[in-house]
Amino acid sequence: MSFLSRLRRFPFWGWFWLILGALYFILPLYATFAFSLSWDPADPFKAYERSFGDSRFWNSFLLSNILALATILASIILVVPTAYWIRLRLPQARRLVEFLTLMPFVVPAIILVFGMIRIYSTPFTIPFTDIVFMQPLTQFKAGTNILIVAGYMVLSMPYMYRSVDTGMRTVDIRTLTEAAQSLGASWFTIITRIILPNIRSALLSGALLTFAIVVGEVVLASFLGVNAFGPYLFLLGQHRAYEPAALSFVSFLLTWIAMGLIQLVTGGQGQAAGAH
Amino acid sequence: MAQASTSNGFKPVTSWKVWLGVVPFFLFAILFLLLPSFRLLTASFSAPDGSFTFNNIIQLFTEPLIVNSYKLSIQISAVTALGGGIFGFLLAYSVTVGGLPKPLRSVLITFSGVASNFAGVPLAFAFVATLGRQGFITAVLKNTFNLNVYDAGFNLYSFAGLSLVYMYFQFPLMVLIMAPALDGLKKEWREAAENLGANTTQYWLKIAMPVLLPSILGAMILLFGNAFGAYATAYALTGGRIGLVTIQIGAQIRGDVLYNPGLGYAMAVGMVLIMGISLGGYSWLQAKTERWLK
Amino acid sequence: MTHLALSGISKHFGDFTAVRDFNLDVKKGEFVSFLGPSGCGKTTTLRMIAGFEIPSSGMISLEGADITDKAPNQRNVGMVFQSYALFPNMTVAQNIGFGLQVRKEKESAIKDRVKEMLSIIHMEDKANSFPYQLSGGQMQRVALARALAIRPEVLLLDEPLSALDAKIRVSLRAEIRSIQQKLGITAIYVTHDQEEALSLSDRIVVMNVGEMEQVGTPFEIYNFPTTRFVANFVGSLNTAEAEIVDPNKGTLIMDGARLESSGELKGRNKGDKIMIAIRPERLSFLSEGKKENVLDGKVENITFLGSVVRVDVTIGGRKFSMDTFNRPSLELPKIGETCKVTCSDKAVLILKE
Repeated sequence: MSFLSRLRRFPFWGWFWLILGALYFILPLYATFAFSLSWDPADPFKAYERSFGDSRFWNSFLLSNILALATILASIILVVPTAYWIRLRLPQARRLVEFLTLMPFVVPAIILVFGMIRIYSTPFTIPFTDIVFMQPLTQFKAGTNILIVAGYMVLSMPYMYRSVDTGMRTVDIRTLTEAAQSLGASWFTIITRIILPNIRSALLSGALLTFAIVVGEVVLASFLGVNAFGPYLFLLGQHRAYEPAALSFVSFLLTWIAMGLIQLVTGGQGQAAGAH
Repeated sequence: MAQASTSNGFKPVTSWKVWLGVVPFFLFAILFLLLPSFRLLTASFSAPDGSFTFNNIIQLFTEPLIVNSYKLSIQISAVTALGGGIFGFLLAYSVTVGGLPKPLRSVLITFSGVASNFAGVPLAFAFVATLGRQGFITAVLKNTFNLNVYDAGFNLYSFAGLSLVYMYFQFPLMVLIMAPALDGLKKEWREAAENLGANTTQYWLKIAMPVLLPSILGAMILLFGNAFGAYATAYALTGGRIGLVTIQIGAQIRGDVLYNPGLGYAMAVGMVLIMGISLGGYSWLQAKTERWLK
Repeated sequence: MTHLALSGISKHFGDFTAVRDFNLDVKKGEFVSFLGPSGCGKTTTLRMIAGFEIPSSGMISLEGADITDKAPNQRNVGMVFQSYALFPNMTVAQNIGFGLQVRKEKESAIKDRVKEMLSIIHMEDKANSFPYQLSGGQMQRVALARALAIRPEVLLLDEPLSALDAKIRVSLRAEIRSIQQKLGITAIYVTHDQEEALSLSDRIVVMNVGEMEQVGTPFEIYNFPTTRFVANFVGSLNTAEAEIVDPNKGTLIMDGARLESSGELKGRNKGDKIMIAIRPERLSFLSEGKKENVLDGKVENITFLGSVVRVDVTIGGRKFSMDTFNRPSLELPKIGETCKVTCSDKAVLILKE
């Protein structure tokens, strides 16, 4: 092939857009990293030392991780049996459930938390009486924790449900169940030894995406008054310069790890993102 | 034995009992999704004294603060959906049918997955570190090119700055949606068109673009909704100086800044409506393409 | 009078040779099939005629003009794809009119031509349907009309029926042939299905690993395969090793039995080992009076295949299949019995290599 014809086939605009995109991706990250190192030339990692030396960071980060874990577990317990039951016995409910799982795209976090606060900041009374059945959920710690985990479950529902449902479709869960039943397996055996192992990668990718959403989340946490990592980082940003940059870079790395693992477990199937 | 348990497992369940299996899910959805949304809806039709009124909805269209916030939100969503949409499409095109080496595709998809999920406070801080007054790029431009972007009129904490930040999660989302759609363009369509005498321009104008158009429009609508619902990024960056709808609602939750709680609820309902219309438009266009590409 | 000529065509993809030294002259109005297993180079050759691949060496000419390096959209060669490749955003009528539209023909002329094409494929009522509303057979008929609408010099068909159900395949096959004959258009048809090739073609090119094995009419290809590959690929076949006793008379010896063959033995010598082949339907049980080509065998198995009964017989330790027409009066030996089997000297084919 002559040099000229090779030149003609060279995808100039393809490379142009790709390089532009790469710069857009990388420059802010590089800048954040460089900025975080520029606090003290004698000690480039000062911002990281200060951040990691602060017990409030560890407390909030730990809390966010616990919340993420609780959200993932509760979501799996809620979503897996529901998706399974719909595939197996209740296909007529599919459209309704899919509609509900898409609703979080329509109700952004700020609206969700608005509505939740309005509902759960008043005490529960037994209908038609004034007898207080339960204190408002927003008034005690366990209550707000329940609320925030429920809120996170709602936010991650589209990803979790779709991931699990797709996983069940690709392994044809119905035939597997019937095969297991015909071999005499009990429901417990079917769920734990047939269903869960077969949708392992779907569960894992749903879980990692949930993790990525929850760990840095700030809207629900700050309005419900939970001292999670998101609000901590936000407050830090109000009166500090270098530590927030350091922690932003760290949280980017966390997102990157979560997404990289998803790529790994799903074999390159991309995941669409949603409301921020 | 095996047979007994099999017939047990398959025992037909009466129709209403089948629904028991999804009760936990529906209960959850009602408690934490439908009830809160519904509460906002009813509250938006309530006057301060609790009586029914259309006043809040009317004020949604007359109160300047609210009208302006909707205008601003729609503007920034439209600009970033269009900008991010075009840029994302060109990127997706480059790695799918644009002739770039294959491995770049999965690299771009992975990066897009990360960037489209990297939003909120960390993203805002990353841009402050990049293009803020003391930011890295700002400094590089000042020291190397003797160009002070802030003197030139740029401000990260403005509409333009916020758009730039939003683009960071907008165009990757476009890449994620468009890459599979571009894969759906069959090689045979191009060959058939060439065989029938069409040139490259005719192929793109008459076949590829019309086939892709619903996907592109649908994706841009999704991008619109994505930006419209964003709160944390804008709040962390500007602290509420840019009065987007979400920012106003946030202020309303913190305290009654509109001097009428019903108005805050009405704003939220208006927002849900716009988001719902976007998602509806997206699904409609999506169904159209799927039918074609079956 | 050569219409389309391929001379010395080769195509390499890196180290891999897809087509090697392909030579073929096609007459105007002729229907030629490229037959062979997947990966034999038949589709690559077709794509070189269409212009989607450029030959590494050799020349393609159409009506005397060299078109080897011409762009696909300059060739005026119609192509029908295996996957239909209908444009999903256009109606049936728009699909058929596309080629004329990009040629900037007058609207009224396009309209008339589309109408004419729709009537040829009997789909006037579907003019405004979209591809997704059609069945596979209908889509392929539209694809055919689209390729024909531009009045191409040559029609190329790349396994057009392989994505369809068996029944539609047979009826559409007949339709393609009748349209081709009615329009008198030159057609090149790629297929791996021998029945399709045999029933449609004026001539068949059998290909294997990038090379032409044999070119001939369906009658020649089936009855007088010249190579072992062709014999095996087209129809089923019994093959055996034999030794030449008399090359001039065509006398052979196979496992101790004498056989007479009318096949070509020129240039071979007494004592040479050769491969022979006999089609199952050319073998029959011995009727009285015959003295030549009589073989002793033992019945191993009998299978009913509908109109045909297949009997497996061992002759000298080698298994042969024979087919007889199934009729009510048919008398068959029992499994395990011995029998005498015969065939004419014309049925004993001599294979090259």
